[in-house]
Amino acid sequence: MAAPLLSLTGLTKAYPGVVANDDVSFAIGEGEIHALLGENGAGKSTLVKMIYGLVKPDAGEMQLGGAPYAPSEPSAARRAGVAMVFQHFSLFDALSVAENVALGMEAPPRTRDLARRIREVSEAYGLPLDPFRVVGTLSAGERQRVEIVRCLLQEPRLLIMDEPTSVLTPQEVSILFDTLRQLRAEGRSILYISHKLEEIRALCDTATILRLGKKVATCTPAEVSARELAEMMVGASFAAPVARPRARGEVLLEVAGLSLPAPGAFGTPLRDISLTLRRGEVLGIGGVAGNGQDELLAALSGERLAPAGSVRLSGQDVSRKGPLARRDAGLLSGPEERLGHAAAPDMSLTENAVLTAARREGLLSRGFVNWGRARDFAQTVIDRFDVRTPGTGTAARALSGGNLQKFVIGREILQRPEVLVVNQPTWGVDAAAAAAIRQALLDLAEAGAGIIVISQDLDELMEISDRFAALNEGRLTSARPVADLSVEKIGLMMGGAHDMEAPHAHA
Amino acid sequence: MIVLEKRRQPSRHWMLAAPVLAVLLTMVVGGAMFAALGVAPLEAIRTIFWDPLFDPQFAAYSRPQLLVKAGPLILIAIGLSLGFRAGIWNIGAEGQYIMGAICGAAAGLAVYPSASVLVFPLMVVAGALGGWAWAMIPAFFKTRFGTNEILVSLMLVYVAESILASVSSGLLRNPEGRGFPGSRNLSQWDAAANRELIAGTGLHWGVVAAFIAVILAYILLTRHIQGFNIRLSGEAPRAARFAGVNPARVVIFCLGTAGALAGLAGLFEVAGPAGQISIDFNSGYGFTAIIVAFLGRLHPVGILLAGLLMALTYIGGELAQLMLGLPGASIQLFQGMLLFFLLGVDVLTNYRLRLGRGEKA
Repeated sequence: MAAPLLSLTGLTKAYPGVVANDDVSFAIGEGEIHALLGENGAGKSTLVKMIYGLVKPDAGEMQLGGAPYAPSEPSAARRAGVAMVFQHFSLFDALSVAENVALGMEAPPRTRDLARRIREVSEAYGLPLDPFRVVGTLSAGERQRVEIVRCLLQEPRLLIMDEPTSVLTPQEVSILFDTLRQLRAEGRSILYISHKLEEIRALCDTATILRLGKKVATCTPAEVSARELAEMMVGASFAAPVARPRARGEVLLEVAGLSLPAPGAFGTPLRDISLTLRRGEVLGIGGVAGNGQDELLAALSGERLAPAGSVRLSGQDVSRKGPLARRDAGLLSGPEERLGHAAAPDMSLTENAVLTAARREGLLSRGFVNWGRARDFAQTVIDRFDVRTPGTGTAARALSGGNLQKFVIGREILQRPEVLVVNQPTWGVDAAAAAAIRQALLDLAEAGAGIIVISQDLDELMEISDRFAALNEGRLTSARPVADLSVEKIGLMMGGAHDMEAPHAHA
Repeated sequence: MIVLEKRRQPSRHWMLAAPVLAVLLTMVVGGAMFAALGVAPLEAIRTIFWDPLFDPQFAAYSRPQLLVKAGPLILIAIGLSLGFRAGIWNIGAEGQYIMGAICGAAAGLAVYPSASVLVFPLMVVAGALGGWAWAMIPAFFKTRFGTNEILVSLMLVYVAESILASVSSGLLRNPEGRGFPGSRNLSQWDAAANRELIAGTGLHWGVVAAFIAVILAYILLTRHIQGFNIRLSGEAPRAARFAGVNPARVVIFCLGTAGALAGLAGLFEVAGPAGQISIDFNSGYGFTAIIVAFLGRLHPVGILLAGLLMALTYIGGELAQLMLGLPGASIQLFQGMLLFFLLGVDVLTNYRLRLGRGEKA
């Protein structure tokens, strides 16, 4: 390892009631890709915010290139050569790439010069990008390129990347990795935050693992197994989901020729979607974010009505029925967005239990809510799915993302659905909880339900699905048995090559 | 620098303290305004808040007025609060109030001079229907064409005012009124009069209806799934659709209920305290009720208290105009301040103030 570029010594940051970082020390070498690993709530984001000048540490110090480094705000960090690509893009859909990049600069050059610079940088690093394209028309992968190019224009010495691959196809991931390796070869350092252990093992030189705000270990990821890494993160061993053989039964859900116009200017239309789901089966639907996942879930949950005859549940046409009727018939769902869609942020967990379980769990009598039973049901979800919360009266938004996810998924599973459709069931959930959710989904399938898992996490889909299909621009490929698929084939399906036409590889 | 920091949970203490603090701030700033107008602030505030209830000279007249004024305010505000809870902004209660009064009075006058006991119930039903129908206009346009209910309901107030002017000098004019505009006096017609139920209290059927509305709204919002759906629609519209709430039905229910209650308030007013349909029949209850609804935190019991408080400022304000020569506009300003401070202080329920340089999250 080369001389350290950034060294952290004893960094500590406490918030009321919680120590986010407790005496964290490690160093990132020059020209090193350094992984930062940890469960949700382990303190990764606080640590990164301190490095990027968003949060001031209570104690400890940082050194950048041998000099004391204490950025008071992100612009100071940028001047010192630290750049960051956030997980959630901060781009304006209606503006062009160049305009978006200019917005983030303190003294933007003329658009023509900037466009030239964008082209140069993007080509130099194998990230082709047209500076005049409107961002709203770009795929998630291309949007990420905009963010990366925006950072590279600053010639950073340290690039921080927060979960960069969660929105990419495998091919796009390999392009990104080539770019990152190229940056490393130029002597730049990268702090890479991810929970995808295989990626970290493939890409990173060093990994620092945080747990409950403390540094657990710094190791060389290529030398330890993914399982060891996961156990260091969680601090205990946990059971990986086990799929027991399941009997496939009759067809539960049949979707045929489902087309729906895009719900808004930047939504995705659904185009002629067909699928079948049998009792006891898990159908995995992959695809890059923004290719119709939300729209498909809305059409299946009943939030948007589908053309007559396009959605059949156990032979009954439910396509013109709303969420209540579909739930009564046993078709339940869990949307991706937890706050504001699957749950009402300012309402208590009890009230959020009533949100979908009112009728199936018998929480109503003649229209009146039986709050006692609603509380009991919420408590059951909390107990069974190990939701960490002070109680059923807590507002949904006070829960951490992972805990709320356990609650909303648990709420649906405990209602014994015939068919359950979930979108990103373990997004932002720590490894142990994700394993628990996956196991619960498998158990549900074993008990005879049909399950559709829409996810951008391919490892997850490979782990629990029987068959796999991919969404691309609102089209769904035909489903194939997972056992016959290679990562490469999956990538082609996700990229929209329905039949194995070689993709247009850049880099 | 002062920084607002979002609370993890809305603060219960602030939820209760905010209205009290808002009232106190209104007294302080309002007092300063009165001082600027050349009136001793303490005396002005005493005249507004204390004298109507406890001054031996005025209380006999003012005390019953408290319920007479609070009744329609509470009745209308309860209806509005349901919509506001669901994110449906019915600003046109004044119009629904007028149309309720016109329809109720017209139904009664159509059978004049019957002495049947059914006359008053008939007027009550017609009044509620009149207000309901007027509110269905913005509801229809909103659910059908996605128009903005704020604009449509507000503009319909002015249409209703024009209809009021027209009928009071046309269709409903008292044939024995020697050509003066205005209908027959309903309060002097036994079968149609909405009279004081207990002498000296100001309690009339409209006040009774207001109390019943408070109780029913409380049960609806806390116990019934429809009330739950209303709150859900307001707090998380997407989650409401996911839960299976039909947004159009919520719009129709909320606007319809608000319209019917405002119509009832108009009918009880025209058959009682006002007595007749006249050009200047409406006195802004429909707008003031918006303040009452928010001052009461959109909670039925809060609205009950806020309605009484607002009625007090009305009566006290009149008294202050009379006794201290304060301009009428200053009283309206005073009421406006109340809403202003309430909304301002309200921020503290969900955010905490922090002094010093904050950290951007």
